[in-house]
Amino acid sequence: MRDLRRQLAGALGAAWFATACAPHLAVADNQPSGQDFSLIERGRYLAVLADCTGCHTDPNSEVQFGGGRSIETPFGNVLASNITPDNDTGIGAWSDDEFDAAVRFGKRPDGKLLYPAMPYPYYTHMSRADIVAIRAWLNTLPSVHNPVDENQLPFPFNIRTGMHAWDGLYFSPGSVKPNPNKSAQWNRGAYLVLGPGHCAACHTPKTTLGGDVSARPLQGSPLQGWFAPDITASEALGLGKWSVEDIVAYLKTGHNRFSAATGPMAEEVADSTSHINAADLEAIAVFLKDQAGPSASGGTPLSAHDPAMVAGGAIYLDRCAACHREDGKGIPFLIPDLALASSVASREPTSLLRVVVHGSQSVATAGEPTAPAMPAFGWQLTDAQIAAVTTFVRNSWGHAAPATSSGEVHDVRERGKAMAD
Amino acid sequence: MTIRRRDLLTGTALVLVGERLASAEVISGSLPWRPDAGAPPEAVTPGPWKFFTNEEAVMVEALVDRIIPPDPQTPGGKGAGCAVYLDRQLAGGYGHNEGLYNLPPFKEGSKQQGPQSEKVLADQYREWLAALDRYCQSQGGKHFAEFPAERQDEILQGLESKTVKLEGTDGGKFFEQLLKDTQEGFFADPIYGGNRDMCAWKMIGFPGARYDYRDWVARHNERYPHPPVSIGGGRADWTQR
Amino acid sequence: MARKLPSKDVVIVGLGWTGSILANELTDEGLSVAAIERGPWRDTATDFPPTYIQDELRYRIRHELFLRPSQTTFTFRNKQSETALPIRTWGAFMPMNGVGGGGVHWNAETWRFLPSDFVLRTHLTQRYGARFLPADMTIQDYGLTYDDLEPHYDAFEYLCGTSGTAGNLKGKIQEGGNPFEGPRSRPYPTPAQEQPFGPALFAKAAREMGYKPFPQPSGNLSQPYRNPLGVRLGACSYCGYCEWFGCANYSKASPQTTILPVLVRKPNFQARDNSEVTRINLDPSGKRATGVTFVDTNGNEWEQPADLVILSAFTIFNVQLLLLSKIGKPYDPQTNQGVIGRNFTHQTVSNIHAFFDKSKFIFNPFISSGSIGMCVDEFNGDNFDHGPHGFVGGGYFGQVQTSGRPIQNTLVPPGTPRWGAKWKEGVRDSYLSTLNPGTGVHGSMYSYRDVYTDLDPTYRDRLGRPLVRITMDFHENELKQNAFITDKMAEVYHAMGAQQVVKLTRKGPYDITQYQTTHLNGGAIMGTDPKTSALNRYLQSWDVPNVFVTGASAFPQNAGYNPTGTVGALAYWAAAAIRSKYLKSPGPLVHA
Repeated sequence: MRDLRRQLAGALGAAWFATACAPHLAVADNQPSGQDFSLIERGRYLAVLADCTGCHTDPNSEVQFGGGRSIETPFGNVLASNITPDNDTGIGAWSDDEFDAAVRFGKRPDGKLLYPAMPYPYYTHMSRADIVAIRAWLNTLPSVHNPVDENQLPFPFNIRTGMHAWDGLYFSPGSVKPNPNKSAQWNRGAYLVLGPGHCAACHTPKTTLGGDVSARPLQGSPLQGWFAPDITASEALGLGKWSVEDIVAYLKTGHNRFSAATGPMAEEVADSTSHINAADLEAIAVFLKDQAGPSASGGTPLSAHDPAMVAGGAIYLDRCAACHREDGKGIPFLIPDLALASSVASREPTSLLRVVVHGSQSVATAGEPTAPAMPAFGWQLTDAQIAAVTTFVRNSWGHAAPATSSGEVHDVRERGKAMAD
Repeated sequence: MTIRRRDLLTGTALVLVGERLASAEVISGSLPWRPDAGAPPEAVTPGPWKFFTNEEAVMVEALVDRIIPPDPQTPGGKGAGCAVYLDRQLAGGYGHNEGLYNLPPFKEGSKQQGPQSEKVLADQYREWLAALDRYCQSQGGKHFAEFPAERQDEILQGLESKTVKLEGTDGGKFFEQLLKDTQEGFFADPIYGGNRDMCAWKMIGFPGARYDYRDWVARHNERYPHPPVSIGGGRADWTQR
Repeated sequence: MARKLPSKDVVIVGLGWTGSILANELTDEGLSVAAIERGPWRDTATDFPPTYIQDELRYRIRHELFLRPSQTTFTFRNKQSETALPIRTWGAFMPMNGVGGGGVHWNAETWRFLPSDFVLRTHLTQRYGARFLPADMTIQDYGLTYDDLEPHYDAFEYLCGTSGTAGNLKGKIQEGGNPFEGPRSRPYPTPAQEQPFGPALFAKAAREMGYKPFPQPSGNLSQPYRNPLGVRLGACSYCGYCEWFGCANYSKASPQTTILPVLVRKPNFQARDNSEVTRINLDPSGKRATGVTFVDTNGNEWEQPADLVILSAFTIFNVQLLLLSKIGKPYDPQTNQGVIGRNFTHQTVSNIHAFFDKSKFIFNPFISSGSIGMCVDEFNGDNFDHGPHGFVGGGYFGQVQTSGRPIQNTLVPPGTPRWGAKWKEGVRDSYLSTLNPGTGVHGSMYSYRDVYTDLDPTYRDRLGRPLVRITMDFHENELKQNAFITDKMAEVYHAMGAQQVVKLTRKGPYDITQYQTTHLNGGAIMGTDPKTSALNRYLQSWDVPNVFVTGASAFPQNAGYNPTGTVGALAYWAAAAIRSKYLKSPGPLVHA
C-alpha cells in the first residue's frame, strides 16, 4: 500500500495526493479496485480528454472540480456542479452506476435530467469502463464543501422535464461503432472527437432548440460571442489547407505556422489538448482531415474595386500590415497568417470581429509560451472601418465571403462591453 | 490574472475599459491581459479655448503665424492649429508641470542645472503674454495681432536676440519656449490639435504613424509614395466611396 | 508597521533586464523568487500597441514610459564647490520605470566591450606608462576578463536573437564584421539587419577611406527567431519608433519578448508591480540581509523576507539603496576613502548634421530602427596609438540614425533662420536629404576622483528619503577624445558628398539639460580590492555576502560602447556563480 501511494505521488506529482483526506471510495462490481494505479491514471487521462475541469473548476478558486462556474447557453446560464467526493455537496454519495447514468445518459440520481451544457450526448460514446476510471480518479481528489444551485435558467427552460422532449429529438445513447473500413488510428480519432473530446458541442451548428444539426457535423457554430470554426476538411472553410502536423501542433501548443488558439479554444488547449499524448493528437487530426465539409465558400471574392475592398485595403495597409505583413502572411507561430487562420475563413465573422474590436490574447503552453496578443482596435476604428477591413481580409488571399456589415461590428462591440475573455 | 467571461456573467469580476489598475498587483501564472485594455490618447476636439482668454488666443494665433508663416502650399502656425495645440497642452498636465519634481527649496542655479522655477508653465505663459502685450501697447498703443507682419517679426527677432526686453520677465526664455512649443505642435500628430490634416507631414514627406517599411529598406534613394496617416484615423482612403 | 509577507528564497529588486535574467536562472534552480518592481506591469499589446505607440510627442518628447521626477529624481552639480539642485525635468538621461525597465524602450544596440576594456588600468599603464594617465583618473580593472565573460555574452545574444555580422570568430577575423572585437565562439544568432540608404552610403564612403565599417549589432531582429527558452520574436519592420518606445510587433528584444512569458508560468515565481523598495533590511550584525521593505501605491509598507537579495534597480537606484541601507562605506572624494558612489560615469557623445543636395539624395530617415546603422570602430578603446594624441579612451562612430520623427529631425542648414518663412522653406527642402545620426560618436567616459554620487543633504523624494546627488563634469581627456573622433566622423560625411557638415562636438561643462544617452555607470563597482570596490568579481557585495548588485553600477569606468550587452553578460555570469558556487556554500565567494 505504501509503495502504491509513493508511486502515485510520484507519478501524478501532486503533493495533495499523499495526504488525500479520506477518499470516498465507491467500489464498483467486477472492476479492479478503485485504488488500482493504472485505473486511476487512465481515469485522469480520460478526464483530460473530456476536459472536465473546463466547466467544473472555478478559475478563481484554488480547488479543482468544486463547481460553481457559470456556463453560458443560448437559453441562459447553468452552474457546473461540484464533482469532488464531498458527500453533501459533491458526488461522494453517488454509486458508480449513478455517475455513469449522469455522464453518459444525462440522468441525475434523483431521476431529473441534466441540461446538455453537460455534454452527455457526446460522452455517451464513451464506455462504462471509461466512466468508472474517471470516477476512480475523481475519488482521489480532495473533498470540497461547495453547494451549487446548478439551475439558473429562466422560465420555462428551468423546467427540467422539458429535457425529455429534447432528448427524444437530439440524444442517441450509446457508443459510436468502429468503422471496419478505416484504420485503427482513424477509429481512435473518431472516438476521441465524437466522445470525450466532445468537439461537436462547440463546432457543430445547432438548431434553435440547441441540438446538433446532424447533417452538418463539425461545420462551425456560434458560441458565447465567438464562432467556433468549421473543423472538417473543407478547403475553403475548414482545415483543408492544414496538414496533420499543423493540427497536432495547434492542439499541443495552441499555435502552429499560421494560427493561434484564443478565446474559449485557448482554455481548451491549456486544460485539455496540450496534455493529450502525441499519438492521440495525430489520431484526432487524421479523423478530422477525413471529414467532408462544404466544398465551396461564400462564392467568388468581392472585386478589388468594391468600395469596401478599397477602403479596407487602405486600412489594412496602414494598420494591420505592421504585424500581419502586406501579404497577410504574418510570422509563423507568432502572428497569424490571414490566408490560413480559421477565424478569417469562417462562415461567420464573429471571432474575427471580436478579436479586432476588443483585442485578444493567444494561449500560452509549455511548448509555445509566448502568448502574443492582438491589440484592441475598437477605440480607433469606426464600425464602418472595421466592417471594411474585415471585408477586405475575408476576400483576399484565397478567401471569399459576404461583406461584413457595420451592424455586425456594432453587435460585437455591444456584447463585448458586458463581458471579458 | 485573466478575467473570464463566465465570471462576468455571474457578476463576480470587474470590467475595465481602457484603463489599467494603478494599484500594486501580484503577477504569477500567466501574463496579465484584459480586453480593450490600454491607454489610447484622447484626441483634441475643436471648441472653445480651454486655457487662453480670447485676447490671449488672438495674440498667440498671431505669434504662431509668424513663427510658421502661411504660404500657398502649407498653412502657417494658425491654420495648422498650433494655437489650439498650445491651448490644450497648457490646459492639461504639461501646463501644470505634472510629473515634474516640484518640491522646494527653489533656487536658481547654473544653466547646466536646468530649470528651477516654481511657476508652472501655464502661469509662466500667462505672465509672458501679459508682458508682451504691455510691451506692444508701449510701442504704439496696439496689441501684437494688430501690428503688420514685418513689425511682428521685428518684435520676435528682438525677443530672440534679447534686444527687446519685457518688463518683469525674461523675454528671451519666453521666445525659446514659444518657438519650441509651436514647432512641436506643428509636427506632432494631429490628434493633439496642431498639424491639421497632417499638413506639416505632407510638407516634408513624413508618412506619419505608419509602422512597416520592410519592403522599402532596400529601396535606396527612392521617394516613398504613400500619404501620411495619423493615430486618430488615417486618411481619406479609409472611407468607402 | 510593515506587514510581513511569507519568506522567499530570493527577492529581486527591480524587474528589468538583469532582474528578469536572475529570476529565470534562480527559479530554474528550484528557488522561490519574488521580484518587486517600482513601476507598472508592461505588455506589448496593452502598453505599446501599433494603434497608438507611434506618437512622438507622447513618448519621445513627454517620455511617458519613463520615470516621473515627481516619483523620484536626483540632484546635480558640476563641482563640489557648488550646491546641487534637483533635476526637476529629465534632460541628460532618462531613467526607466516599469517591468522590463530600460529593456522596453532601449535602442537595442547590443555590443561587447573590448578585451582591453576589462583590464584597462593594467593595459594602459603597460602601453603608455602610468604618467600618461591623468593623476585624478580612477580607472580600474574589472576583476574579470573578456574570456571569462564570453560565454555569457553569447548567452545574452542568443536570448535576444541579436542580429549582426561577426568580426572575429575564435580568433579569425571575418569580412564584414568588426575586426577589433574580442573573439566570439560562434556567429550572431540572426544575420545583420538590412541597412537603409544613409548607412549604406556612409559605409561605402568609410570603406573607400580605408575604414572597416560593419552593421551595428542589433536587438531589433532581422528575421523571426525562437530563443533557447522557446519564446518567439518577430522581424523588425523599421518603423522608426524604437528608442523611447516599446515595440509593437514583438521584434525588439526586451524582457517582455524574451523571458517574461516563460518566467511568469513558473509556480515558484511571483512579481509585484507598483511596489517601491525603500530599503534592504540587515540583521543586527549589519553583515547579513534579511530581505527588503517596500511601499505600495497606497503607501502601505510591506516586508519581503528572503535569504538572498538581488539588487537590480538600475545604476543610481542601486547606489541609493545601498547608501540608505548602510551597505558598504560611502565614498568621500576628499579622502578618497569609501566605495559606494565612487567611479560614477556617463558617456561622451556628439553628433554630426549633414545636409545633402535634395535633388540627388532621398534618405527616407523614417525608415529606421533603434539599432540600425553602419559603424566604424577604429578609434574605440585602445584600438589605435594614443601616444601622439594626449588622451586615452575612444568610441565608435557611425551613421546610426534611429528615426526621422519630425519634431526632432526637421533640421535646417547652418545660416538658416530658426523660424519664419525661410525656416519653413528650409525644413521642407532639407527633411528627406539630411542625415542626423543621433549619437553619431559614442565614446567612453573614464572615471575620476571628483565625479561621484552621494546623498543630497537638502532635497528629498515624496517618501522623505534623500535624493542621490550627482557631482559630474567633463574632464579634458574626454573632451579631447570627442573632438578627435568627431573630426574623423565629419570627414566621412564630406566624402559621402554632403554639401554642409555641422559638427556638434561635445563641450564642457557637463549639462544636465542635454540628452547624452542613459548610460549611467558606476557607484557600486566591481573589483579585486574591497577598499576601492563595492563588489567582488561575481557582483557580490564585499560587505553583505547575501546581496548581489547587478547592472552597470558595477562598471569601474565606461567603455566606448552601449552598456546593455555587457550588463546582460555580467548578469548571466553572476547567476552562474550563484548557482554553481554560492548556493552550495553561501558566504563570500572571494576572500580579498
